[in-house]
Amino acid sequence: MIRSEILKEIAPILRDQLVVCNIGIPSQELHAIDDQPTNFYMLGTMGLASSIGLGLALSQPKPVIAIDGDGSVLTNLGTLPTIANNVADNYILLIVDNGSYGSTGDQPTYAGQKTSLTKMAEAAGCERVIECRAEDTGRVLQEALDAKQMTIIVSKCESGNAKMPPITMDPVVIRDRFMKAVQA
Amino acid sequence: MNIDKKITDDLAANDVSFVTTVPCKQLAGVIEEIDKRDGIYHIPSNKEDEGMGLCAGAWMGGKRPAIIMQNTAIGVTINTLATLIQYYRMPLPMLISYRGELREPIACQVEMAVHTKALLAQLNIPTYHFHHQADVEELDAILKYTFMCNKPVAILTDANFWGGYGDQ
Ligand SMILES: Cc1ncc(C[n+]2csc(CCOP(=O)(O)OP(=O)(O)O)c2C)c(N)n1
Ligand SMILES: [Mg+2]
Repeated sequence: MIRSEILKEIAPILRDQLVVCNIGIPSQELHAIDDQPTNFYMLGTMGLASSIGLGLALSQPKPVIAIDGDGSVLTNLGTLPTIANNVADNYILLIVDNGSYGSTGDQPTYAGQKTSLTKMAEAAGCERVIECRAEDTGRVLQEALDAKQMTIIVSKCESGNAKMPPITMDPVVIRDRFMKAVQA
Repeated sequence: MNIDKKITDDLAANDVSFVTTVPCKQLAGVIEEIDKRDGIYHIPSNKEDEGMGLCAGAWMGGKRPAIIMQNTAIGVTINTLATLIQYYRMPLPMLISYRGELREPIACQVEMAVHTKALLAQLNIPTYHFHHQADVEELDAILKYTFMCNKPVAILTDANFWGGYGDQ
């Protein structure tokens, strides 16, 4: 299973939640599969989806799902201790771990080699860390929402990208409609 | 006047309730003061770009954020300032210790000090420089300006402003 297949499968769960989505093809795929005002698409700034999601979760009561990538978490590893030490039970970090920098041509990351993001999240102090197969992502995500406990999900999937058009929406429009959805 | 308290009072009076920090010796007092305030959620970050991500999320969640960091962090955060804070047009007061200015004891700090204002100018970031203690009187207006225009705004605070490092 590749990232776009996971996104297709979990789209019905994501639809009603606040979602912060990782830069590049992940955002393009989510946008093409099921664009929602509750989606905040990152158009740049690799690495910060998990941080934006945490700041959002700490600042209002609705559940927040940050969809991140293994490469992006590796580039902002400091995020894991910050998440662990600032518990927000309305926060779910879903790391789509395809073991590669998908958006830039599937170059391998260390997460696909010796490094375990699951163990790194645990070592950082995160208490509910669940590694799952791509096929189980929907179930694990729904359980995390139901548990109402901060959860880090590491979904191990295959490398590969669906061909989707770039997002042409203006960033201020993305941000403005997202903020209105947050307040709704 | 206790500057640390005055700065924290101004932040609180402007509804700033989410503050991320990466320490600098000059900022130790104000960070301690912020940590003590009930109305402010203090979330230390491990790197300043991470901190700006937290602030972006907090603002979209309805809280007014601020970041407290050293000027060397301008070198860390240029991409984030351009592609997140400015691109999505978000407000972000940046209280910055301006190391490497007059009365600086550590030579290496001068190496980023000489680039600090040039980089901020290149990014079209409104920049204020506090050199004398009395300059802090402008902070309230700067915070109002920041949340009026939804831009990152830099407040550079040098060693003279903080009272130097004692006799050298
Ligand atoms: C600072 C910076 N370096 C490199 C890039 C190029 N880049 C964009 S997306 C990406 C890959 C991200 O990989 P990952 O987070 O694993 O997401 P995936 O596409 O694999 O789902 C890279 C390297 C960038 N945007 N910014
Ligand atoms: Mg990846």
